[in-house]
Amino acid sequence: MNALSALRPDPGADRVVPPSGFTARLVVFTAAAMAFLAVFTLALALAAGRLAEEWDSALARSATLRISAPEEQMPEQTRTALTLLQQTPGVESARALRDEEQRALLEPWFGPDLPVADLPVPRLIEIEETRDGFDPDGLRLRLQAEVPGAVLDTHDRWRRPLIEAAGRLRLLGWVAIALIGAVTAAMVTLAARAALAANAQVIAVLRLVGATDAYIAGAFVRRFTLRTLTGAAVGTGLGALAVALLPSGGEAGGFLTDLRFAGWHWVLPVLFPPLAALVAWAATRSAARRVLSGLS
Amino acid sequence: MIELENVAYGYGAKGDAPLLRDLSLTLAPGSFHFLTGPSGAGKTTFLKLCYGALKPTQGQLRLFGDDVAAMPRDGIALVRRRIGVVHQDCKFLDHLPVIDNIALPLTVSGQVMEDQQGNLDDLLTWVGLGARAHAFPPELSGGERQRAALARALILSPEVILADEPTGNVDWEMSQRLLHLLIALNGMGKTVMIATHDLMLIRAAKAQVQARVLRLSGGVLQAAGADL
Ligand SMILES: Nc1ncnc2c1ncn2[C@@H]1O[C@H](COP(=O)(O)OP(=O)(O)OP(=O)(O)O)[C@@H](O)[C@H]1O
Ligand SMILES: [Mg+2]
Repeated sequence: MNALSALRPDPGADRVVPPSGFTARLVVFTAAAMAFLAVFTLALALAAGRLAEEWDSALARSATLRISAPEEQMPEQTRTALTLLQQTPGVESARALRDEEQRALLEPWFGPDLPVADLPVPRLIEIEETRDGFDPDGLRLRLQAEVPGAVLDTHDRWRRPLIEAAGRLRLLGWVAIALIGAVTAAMVTLAARAALAANAQVIAVLRLVGATDAYIAGAFVRRFTLRTLTGAAVGTGLGALAVALLPSGGEAGGFLTDLRFAGWHWVLPVLFPPLAALVAWAATRSAARRVLSGLS
Repeated sequence: MIELENVAYGYGAKGDAPLLRDLSLTLAPGSFHFLTGPSGAGKTTFLKLCYGALKPTQGQLRLFGDDVAAMPRDGIALVRRRIGVVHQDCKFLDHLPVIDNIALPLTVSGQVMEDQQGNLDDLLTWVGLGARAHAFPPELSGGERQRAALARALILSPEVILADEPTGNVDWEMSQRLLHLLIALNGMGKTVMIATHDLMLIRAAKAQVQARVLRLSGGVLQAAGADL
């Protein structure tokens, strides 16, 4: 019996197992609660992911090295710094700005006639980072030892730990969703085993009149799959509604007001009820097979 | 067709003396057997072997030609549809009315109850449960339960009918009616085996049908004395 046929009604098989009001309501309720939690966790994971990506793409993958040194040491220190940078992992390229480039940078401040060559302006080295970036503290230490006049400016590097945290939050969200799925499976397994144990007499009678294990298992599997599907659909609906009704923060919105589903992300919560039903189907089927092969 | 060859069966550990031993018997199509013997001799156990609920601990048992020892559980389920069994303790699904219980073999074998409605009604009327069709099993008397169990055993028109004390709880008149039904079914070519203490029933039957009477005692099967 496959997962889809578990949904096809079979009035005969549905009636041979006595109705079990309490377990039924418990399964529906738990499935609904789990789906509700999963929807929120999903919204959280997606928001964390969006934040990490936004910050990450905003992060300039560049840094500047400033060398201030007496004029006669300048070429030497610049050369040493460039060599050192080329050997640093995480540095894509390093290039000393030419005089006219430096002049263009300073022009807004000092006017067009600035004699860069005569002034003790620092030499600027432009660093392009690789995707992973370099380790600024390590680089600073090495520069200190070999290029005393160098100052490393790493722009908005302070955001990096935040991006990492946001990424970690997203990962934790997905782990939590996986756990919710596992808990659903465990809960359905327990409920199914309880139902099978409570109906040992019914199973004995069914066997006496020639029911196969597949038929008996099917009656239980269908019931639990449908209950889980119903519960998960209700829970997902309520969760999605709650997320949709969260106030949006507009421009000033931070992480909290970004808790929503955008565009195709709406597809994800819609997948929860069928996924929950699939989990319930597999869990009940394996529980039923185990119990039925134990009952002689 | 049920064939036993030197079959033994014991409920206890392997080393214990078996409850039943050296059973060799063929229930040929169309035959009529009585199985008698003192209480606790193993009549019910013998019938359980015959419908695959128990597997021999020794010897070979073939149901419709297939060795029970090698039969998977689904195979036994299919065999059960060819053997109608009236159990001594007549278990039903208490949450379903009598009519659905009688139709249960149809339900579990995937047949549509509506197609068999005529059969079902005839059968209910015949066993005298027409008026009780929508009662629930716990509301039935002992005799009514037995008649319902017989109707359930017959609904699939099985080739073999095994009845364990089918007249244990009914009055003489009803037991004669049940016997007549079983004899009529045997007349249609069905194999019948009845386990009973009721010697009067056996005598009444022998006046009407060619029946073999077997006696279980001390764990072995013997032909019954000439008084039967
Ligand atoms: N499941 C079981 N486990 C262990 N012993 C059993 C089991 N079922 C029956 N027995 C024992 O096997 C013996 C034979 O039982 P069985 O029910 O076959 O007897 P019977 O001939 O049908 O008796 P009765 O005429 O009272 O119905 C009895 O001593 C009984 O206690
Ligand atoms: Mg008995």
